[in-house]
Amino acid sequence: MLIHNADRRIQIYGALLLLPAAVLLGTFAYLPTVATLINSLFLPGFRGEPPAFVGFENYAVLIGDATFWKVARNNLLYALGTIPTSIALALGMALFVNARLPGRGFVRMAYFTPTILPMIAAANVWMFFYAPQIGLFNKLLGALGLSGVNWLGDPGVALGSVIMMTVWKEAGFFMIFYLAALQSIPPELKEASDLEGTSRWSFFWRVTFPLLMPTTLFVLINALINSVRVVDHLFILTKGGPNNATNLLLYYVYENAFSFFDRTYAATITVVILLVLAVVATLKFTVLDRRTHYQ
Amino acid sequence: MNQAHSLSAAAAKRFVIRVPSLETTAAWLLAIVWIFPLLYAIWAAFHPSAYMVRFDLLAPLTLENFANAWAQAPFARYYVNTFLLVTGVVLAQFVVCTLAGFAFARFPIPGKDFLFMLVLIQLFVFPEVLIVENYRIASGLGLVDTITGIGLPYVASAFGIFLLRQTFKTIPRELEDAARVEGCGWMAILLKVYVPLAKPTYLAYGLVSISHHWNNFLWPLVVTNSVESRPLTVGLGIFSAPETGVNWATVSAATLLSIAPLLVAFLLFQRQFVQSFLRAGIR
Repeated sequence: MLIHNADRRIQIYGALLLLPAAVLLGTFAYLPTVATLINSLFLPGFRGEPPAFVGFENYAVLIGDATFWKVARNNLLYALGTIPTSIALALGMALFVNARLPGRGFVRMAYFTPTILPMIAAANVWMFFYAPQIGLFNKLLGALGLSGVNWLGDPGVALGSVIMMTVWKEAGFFMIFYLAALQSIPPELKEASDLEGTSRWSFFWRVTFPLLMPTTLFVLINALINSVRVVDHLFILTKGGPNNATNLLLYYVYENAFSFFDRTYAATITVVILLVLAVVATLKFTVLDRRTHYQ
Repeated sequence: MNQAHSLSAAAAKRFVIRVPSLETTAAWLLAIVWIFPLLYAIWAAFHPSAYMVRFDLLAPLTLENFANAWAQAPFARYYVNTFLLVTGVVLAQFVVCTLAGFAFARFPIPGKDFLFMLVLIQLFVFPEVLIVENYRIASGLGLVDTITGIGLPYVASAFGIFLLRQTFKTIPRELEDAARVEGCGWMAILLKVYVPLAKPTYLAYGLVSISHHWNNFLWPLVVTNSVESRPLTVGLGIFSAPETGVNWATVSAATLLSIAPLLVAFLLFQRQFVQSFLRAGIR
């Protein structure tokens, strides 16, 4: 009986320790998630009217909304444009910095520095490169006798420009994870393969790359999350334009909620983002956690 | 023989330095490309606007752009706001995540695993993804346009809870038992045994959290609407939006002003920063 009471007390104590976190997570994570799902089934109450339940009508509107599809496609292209490139660059950077290299400290610092800058500041700097008349890129093209490109104003180019900036911002961050993984590969493997006369190329593809697989998956998950979560640079570079050519899902949510004041439609688009994140989370908890177990 | 060997090694070394390999060249080219935007911002900020795209080594240096930026927007206030925000968030995160991490690591709570999974969901569902509803909640709580409103949604960080739980779990129970024999209660055990031994985790998590909140933009943009609560990023975003027509050299100076403290801290404590990102990233 006494022991039972002590157990009880410990349980209550533990629950009290969890309480602040539980209240905050409830208020700013679970409640808004559930509210988003519920609101996506309503129309906003205009002029003081209560919101009206409309079932899946918002989703029907979403499916018929050409802009939504454009934005979703943009986001897919954005992910496809940024993720493989920044992962490949990150791996390349890590291999460079892991090898014997004069001025290694500087090179590593140069690769990593963009990570520490706010996206807004990075976008400001890239704005100087992309600006149509006085931008550095067009000045350089002009010096070579080439005609300038409308980096952010041409619908066919703008998304590419946004992707290029994002790759610059992200690659160095992913590099450090590869670098740490490379340093944990036992040097005996390299010595053994040298004895057998394996070429560096096949050593990389047969030994290094497979050993880096858990890191690649980890970086991939982070990159996937960032591709639907970070839209700060759009506020400076393009505001989603021209004609939605660079609009991404979260920016479209922002526009709907805070420019068009259509809260429930914004909630409906948010549900799409939540679905993407759910897929990423599943990928992490099944594939990644299972694979890293063996490491 | 030995001497000859070391001689040839020295010769080889000299050779390497004189003719950099293809890889060294590529690594350096990439490094220059990567650091160039920052160097360019520095160049633009310290020269008159006439030299924005004219790279003349003898171009006159000036601090006027900084003076202009400082005069045209309330950067002093933005600094104070960002400083309060970052300090507040990190301290509150330390308290809340320590308590929760401790509970998850050491207390027999029914349904603990399920609760922990529930916490981990927040690793994927961030406050900024839920801006619409979080704005309504913040406004219901009277937190719109306050620094508390910017920070509070981030205080119960799943990431912090997770990191501290993992750290606390590695601390041997014997230390806890020894403290109990000396008459310590749970709170004293937490403060005297667990927290001091988790210092590296606090450092790592603190640095990551500071960088994140110094740089955060979307949620602060949504939840603030006056100079009194705006952090640097939002202030900078509004100041430098292309439609405001502010001169570029001034925007460069403003950009440098906003990133300087974090950038300088990073350059001074590079190793700690990189280690922190690593420690916090590899789960």
